[in-house]
Amino acid sequence: MSRHLTRLLALLMGAGLMILACTPGGTTSTGATRFSGVTLRVVTFTGPQIAEPLQRRGPDFQKASGAKVEVITVPFSDLYQKILTDFATKTNSYDAMVFDPQWMGDYVPPGYLEDLSDRVKKDADLQWNDIAPFFRDFSATYKGHVYTVPLDGDFQMVYYRKDLLDRDGLKPPETWQDYIDIAKRYQGKDLNGDGKPDFGSCVAMKRSAQSYWMFLSVAAAYLQSQGTSQGAFFNTDNMQPLMNNEGTSAALDVYKQISKLGPPDQLNNDVGDSRGLFVSGRCALSIDWGDIGPLAVDKTQSTVQDKVGAVILPGSKRVLDRSTGALVDCDSKTCPKAINGVNHSPFAAFGGWSGAINKARPDKVKDAAFAFLSYMSQPAQSSLDVTIGKTGFNPYRTSHFTNLGPWLKSGMSEHAAKDYLGAIEASLKSPNMVLDLRIPQTAFYQETALDTALAQYLAGELTLEQTMKQITAQWNKKTDEIGRQSQLEAYKASLNVTR
Amino acid sequence: MQRKARSQCGPCTSPATRSLLQRADEKLPFTMSDEAPTRPVPVTAQWRPVTARLDRVAGPVFILPAVLVILAFSIFPLLASLYVSLTRLSFSEGGVQLTFVGLDNYAKLLVGIDQAHFLGVTRAITPISAAILAAIYAGFFYLLVRYARGRRRTAVGLVGRSLAALIAGAGVWLVVDTILTSGRPGTLVVTIIYVGVDVTVQYFLALGLALLVVQRLPGRRFFRVVFLLPMMITPVGVAYLFRMLTDTSKGPLYPLWTHFGLADVSWVTNPWGARLAVMIGDVWQWTPFIFIVLVAALESLPVELFEAAVVDGANRWQVFWEVTFPQILPATSTVVLIRLIEAFKIVDLPNVLTNGGPGTATESLTLHAYTIWRALDIGGSAAIAYMLLFVVTFIGITYVNLFRRRVVAAA
Repeated sequence: MSRHLTRLLALLMGAGLMILACTPGGTTSTGATRFSGVTLRVVTFTGPQIAEPLQRRGPDFQKASGAKVEVITVPFSDLYQKILTDFATKTNSYDAMVFDPQWMGDYVPPGYLEDLSDRVKKDADLQWNDIAPFFRDFSATYKGHVYTVPLDGDFQMVYYRKDLLDRDGLKPPETWQDYIDIAKRYQGKDLNGDGKPDFGSCVAMKRSAQSYWMFLSVAAAYLQSQGTSQGAFFNTDNMQPLMNNEGTSAALDVYKQISKLGPPDQLNNDVGDSRGLFVSGRCALSIDWGDIGPLAVDKTQSTVQDKVGAVILPGSKRVLDRSTGALVDCDSKTCPKAINGVNHSPFAAFGGWSGAINKARPDKVKDAAFAFLSYMSQPAQSSLDVTIGKTGFNPYRTSHFTNLGPWLKSGMSEHAAKDYLGAIEASLKSPNMVLDLRIPQTAFYQETALDTALAQYLAGELTLEQTMKQITAQWNKKTDEIGRQSQLEAYKASLNVTR
Repeated sequence: MQRKARSQCGPCTSPATRSLLQRADEKLPFTMSDEAPTRPVPVTAQWRPVTARLDRVAGPVFILPAVLVILAFSIFPLLASLYVSLTRLSFSEGGVQLTFVGLDNYAKLLVGIDQAHFLGVTRAITPISAAILAAIYAGFFYLLVRYARGRRRTAVGLVGRSLAALIAGAGVWLVVDTILTSGRPGTLVVTIIYVGVDVTVQYFLALGLALLVVQRLPGRRFFRVVFLLPMMITPVGVAYLFRMLTDTSKGPLYPLWTHFGLADVSWVTNPWGARLAVMIGDVWQWTPFIFIVLVAALESLPVELFEAAVVDGANRWQVFWEVTFPQILPATSTVVLIRLIEAFKIVDLPNVLTNGGPGTATESLTLHAYTIWRALDIGGSAAIAYMLLFVVTFIGITYVNLFRRRVVAAA
């Protein structure tokens, strides 16, 4: 009997020691056990981009804080409604979400997102003021309150084959006509030395993908010339769409010409396809977010290392006169922000992936979620992540532009890094930056109405006139359904940014 | 049962029968008559009324769970989605708000802003389309007249057939006038094209393959399994497979396309090329389903019929046409009905292969509903789903009434 008792005691002691040994940091540590027992469910789109850094850094965050991070991925096309239905049905299966900040127009008014204004002020490690003003004040903020933590900086730019243009004595495109001329020059030529004809331009024009952002990057130059607060989507007096005028007509014409200066299946290409073609040396030009920069130096997939340049989106020497709907030549009055007589309107397409927190979750979970988003955004992590192509994260902090160390370490030459970051900085500093649409049901305006009409136009189902009429009619119908006045107020609120 | 039998034949039965029934009643320890028993009832017999009552309600009780399941998972969602199709959804603090808009969502599709997307764009009729329409309408008229003159005609049957001819005529006009003119088919017509072409090709291909593998040929077991494989693959996987195959610039068939000088030709940026790619994928995936049903039907046919036909001097074609084909018609009609209904729901292939493009060329009704649903126009999406339900129901009922019953009866 006593032998059994001894064995039992020894077993219990062993088990106790084992539990103590397995407890991270014992009871004296605070940081590592602060969120012990918390499991964070973070939803974002099916990667590898965006999901990859969250998954890779999750275990490190767990070691530091005790909170386990589960990353749930869904296809991008389903992400918006997936999050919204989760909120609306009060399922609340997600603690945090990394999404398109445009959707705040639908998520904030019903009270689904946690107001992070106080948290960002108190978190010194986040270095909130290091984040570029545009991302702080537009991407992260809605009606004066902070709802998201920026994790990515998004602008569209034009990438070009520097080696080809230098060889032929050409300048990077300043206007969209320049872009077309350069693309025409290289269309059908062998650009990577494999003896096969390549393409003048590679742009994602697939339906239900990124085509409408590409078009808006073109249209912005014609539609907005008086500065950011003018807006490029609606007339701020009456919420009438700016989609049926000479400016949009010119942009549609340029877009159609570009569609014919690329691979044969360009209408079925998304950004994955166009990026792949560009970094394999098959395209002279491309329109894209910041992703091509880091991808071009990735030795595993790029054949154009140190051969790529980037510039601010091309502009136009003629812009829309909203009172007449006609295009007028640029002068000091019509294009006050022009550079060398060219109106550039860099388009902050998408606005950059940002993290937000579900307001309905318990406080401890919300604290853990904020700590994770802060951890991901802090310079120690983000300055490295933005240099890795597969993360999908692009620079958005001042330190990302000033600290060239991580860029050089990633394989980019100093010249290429300065060129790439310079193009982003030029866009960021532009007083005529075009903010992406951020009003209730933005998804319908852009992803359904605009995207479908563009696809039909490129496929020849609609003429140019029919395309403009269709977009305008569908936008007006949706505006009237939701309420013209409330939509106008939401639109004006989105343009009234502090910079 | 006793009481029912007796009451039914009471006044009309013969004395002998009545005597037999009376004796049967006497032998029973307890009858269902209204008279109380005169002797002590055994313990087990006490429960007989309860068990008999339970027997009577057993049917409904056993059916009830199934009825509840159907109500919960089929009827209720059907009615709920019908209501949703008459509303507009918006989000408000703490939940969603459904605003009743009547038939607005349907009006948008049929006469409103989405008409071109849903029904397509019609143009002036060309001589060819006019000739085709005239031939089809003449066929409809001939069938109606033949029915009206037939011995089996009924008023209900005539009205039903006239209505079916009217709706089918409108459908045919829409198809012909959007495809054979400079018009453009909408998602409804594109779906009808998918269904018509896919099911027809699948059936004939499956029939040919089934006839081959029931022959005593070497390797027939192997081919049975191989022919079934496409059906085992998830539709999204098939869609990605065909997306790679149709990529002429970097897909696995790139050397082949280059050899034939087709490297610069894209399948999926031409409307009919893209539709063809979708249809080839669908045929590849679903032919095995019809194939396996037909193989089962062919293998169950009695061998005596074939022997008799051969003895009578029938050649191979006559054996097939006069013996085999009529025998497998019931299976054929069933499997075609199932495929018709299933084919209307096509979504994976056009969604993955082309996202419905170029333009809206490959967009099916289900994809149309899905695209609208993604933008959270739930009411509009439900309206499209109901339009699809109406079309499938109409075609299903017409098919069953006009074709399948006759085929099964004849067989």
